[in-house]
Amino acid sequence: MNVLIYLIPVALFLGGLGLVAFLWSLKSGQYEDLDGAANRILIDDEDEDGR
Amino acid sequence: MGQVALKAQDSLTTGRSHDLGGSCCPAGVLAFGDVLSPEADYSNFVSADPVAFVETDQDGNAMLHVLVENMHCADCIRTIEQTLKSNPAVIEARVNFSTRRLFLRWRPDGVDVTELVKPVIALGYPLTPYNPALIRTAAAEENAKLLRALAVAGFAAANVMLLSVSVWAGLFSDDMGPATRDFLHWVSALIALPAVAYAGQPFFKSALGALRAGRTNMDVPISLAVILASGMSLAETIRSGHYVYFDASVTLLFFLLIGRYLDNAARSKARSAAERLLLLKAVAATVVGANGSLTTVPVEAVTPGSRVRIMAGDRLPVDGIVVSGRSELDVSLITGESLPTAVKPGENVFAGTLNLGAPIDIEATKTGDNTLLGDIVRLMEAAEQGRAKYVRLADRLSRYYAPVVHLLAALTFIGWWVYSASWQVALMQAVALLIITCPCALGLAVPVVQVVASGRLLMKGILVKAADGLERLAVVDTIVFDKTGTLTEGRLDLVNRDEIDDADLLLAARLGQHSRHPLARAIARAGVAAGPGLDVIECPGEGLKTVLADGEVRLGSRAFCNVAEEAAADKQAGPELWLKRGDGTAVQFRFRDHLRADAHDVIRDLKARGYMIALLSGDRQAVVAELAAELGIDNWQAQQKPEEKVACLESLAKAGRKVLMVGDGLNDAPALASAHVSLSPATAADISQTAADFIFQGQQLSAVGEAIFVARASRRLILENFALAFLYNGVAIPLAVLGFVTPLIAAVAMSSSSLAVCLNSLRLRSRKMGGAS
Repeated sequence: MNVLIYLIPVALFLGGLGLVAFLWSLKSGQYEDLDGAANRILIDDEDEDGR
Repeated sequence: MGQVALKAQDSLTTGRSHDLGGSCCPAGVLAFGDVLSPEADYSNFVSADPVAFVETDQDGNAMLHVLVENMHCADCIRTIEQTLKSNPAVIEARVNFSTRRLFLRWRPDGVDVTELVKPVIALGYPLTPYNPALIRTAAAEENAKLLRALAVAGFAAANVMLLSVSVWAGLFSDDMGPATRDFLHWVSALIALPAVAYAGQPFFKSALGALRAGRTNMDVPISLAVILASGMSLAETIRSGHYVYFDASVTLLFFLLIGRYLDNAARSKARSAAERLLLLKAVAATVVGANGSLTTVPVEAVTPGSRVRIMAGDRLPVDGIVVSGRSELDVSLITGESLPTAVKPGENVFAGTLNLGAPIDIEATKTGDNTLLGDIVRLMEAAEQGRAKYVRLADRLSRYYAPVVHLLAALTFIGWWVYSASWQVALMQAVALLIITCPCALGLAVPVVQVVASGRLLMKGILVKAADGLERLAVVDTIVFDKTGTLTEGRLDLVNRDEIDDADLLLAARLGQHSRHPLARAIARAGVAAGPGLDVIECPGEGLKTVLADGEVRLGSRAFCNVAEEAAADKQAGPELWLKRGDGTAVQFRFRDHLRADAHDVIRDLKARGYMIALLSGDRQAVVAELAAELGIDNWQAQQKPEEKVACLESLAKAGRKVLMVGDGLNDAPALASAHVSLSPATAADISQTAADFIFQGQQLSAVGEAIFVARASRRLILENFALAFLYNGVAIPLAVLGFVTPLIAAVAMSSSSLAVCLNSLRLRSRKMGGAS
């Protein structure tokens, strides 16, 4: 069962990665305009320079 | 190009057309539909001067927050942002589509803000500047905090559960050595303890607050169970015991946080919609300087003694005395009277009334809280405090639930201590009981129903503003209506169309379209105005006149058209207009405030369902009596002042009745606040919308019936959910007392009861309104 010694930390690390990613996205305001994000995907950015 | 004719039924705007710009797809159609709803009151948007709302950031750039109307699709976002960014001074232009707000930042050197936003308004997107400080951000922060706690609890629950399943499997098969089990327990402890400490805070804080105030709420047993379970499990882990409850405590928190988050999200959504309605009406005041210069300042900055110019179509920001100009004011928000009153220099005017005729200058006498409006607000606040403090169902339940559970746990502890003579074993059993009885399904029972119910109501255009509004609405037995703007549409319509010659109506309509007076507007609506524009002179308080090829034409009051008093003495009383061509005979136009199309059906339906219906109006006796007779309402009172309405509601409450107040006027606001629960149309005065628990949009009064139906159905579902949760507890408690509960049984019972409650709540989505409407 020694495999658990490193498998559990690996599992926790991967889960933690997801948690951190979620907290970061929350902090950076990605949930403030959900309807806007759904619509912006339809905007062609050809006429926006360099973005 | 979406060329859309905006046909607003608002009394100030008739046919205006906007090019929505770009290739604005279905927005054309959507915009049209939206404009027909009473919410779209364009006159307020454009008239609010943005200069007063510009702020400066630390780099010296100017910032402006604006509300955007008429925005429907991706193209609208792009068009607005691109239009603004095409101005080289603009640094940032960001549209928030969900809240319909726009943030603008630009270099202020020589750039006029009005010029900056003009292209956007010209494209057909009315803008209203607002003060961001007015929007409370506390709710949004609370939401984010709950979401973070939810994420942490979810992470912990998933991982701990993963480890727990292995431990359970090991207990069944006896394959797992004690060393491995201890190791898994320690890992679980390392994940669960910090997670509980972080994610449990919303509950711990609330429980602590309640205990300090000498009360208990649902959060007390929750906190106790979570803390005891975690502490006990840690102790078990240290002495390498068999059973730990880390998984139970974190999943418990996870489920409860879902409920808490849904509750909060539904409330803040409804609140932001209400806030938006308020912000739309925040207007600036135009102050006339000593040298005649005009400056626009926020309403709060107006001091008594200053001279304020009120343009036609603007609402009065302060109380005052008319200094110059004659006009007519729409006072319906203050008194409920549907006919405008004429004002001339020297007369007192009040904040909240609407200037219909010509521009007037007033000298401010009272501002801010001292205005008549302010008095009404105070009356409203007093009424709100007087409202019997309503205790939510779940909290009422916890008053009995918490002591019973704690008593049971104590008895279990004592019983096992006596039986097994080991306090550790006894404590373990007591904690198991606390965990299994923890109101996890109870925590979900109310919020899930609430989310489903407010979603269903929102589709019908009804906003739930108060969190406990649905619970209070479910128990009403008396419905009190206001008249103007609630039972009626709040606008006057021509009634004697058949008696009038087509040519006369056409001429009257051509004249009428030049005025904002409600009666003139009504004529313009009734007849299709065609032909070249007329050179019309408006005499405030009297009427309109113009000169045609065949002589002077007048449209106005009886005196204005030289009609003798007795000429129409046999006709019924009510608002009227006269049209007189040259020396010919004058033609009479009579008007009436129309009932909402479905008012009859709704009143009949509500009566059939056993509600007592009453009518309280500020309008004149004769008008109210006629309307009450028409609708079959026996219980009515006219000429009610705001405080009399409150007194009337209080006497009803004393008689043991639970009253639903439906009203829109400023004069209704105190009554709305003092009633058991209140409903208000979206066309209502902003202050009434603040006071009301529900707001309905659109012209249909049937929203009242629908709201009551959904509220009753939700109450039934909530009670069913409680019953389901108790059923689980009823099975689990004997098991726990007897010591049969293992962490596995606790986890299964908890999850399945929560799931059952959620599924039961979803039934509300499909429930039909029984037979009625």
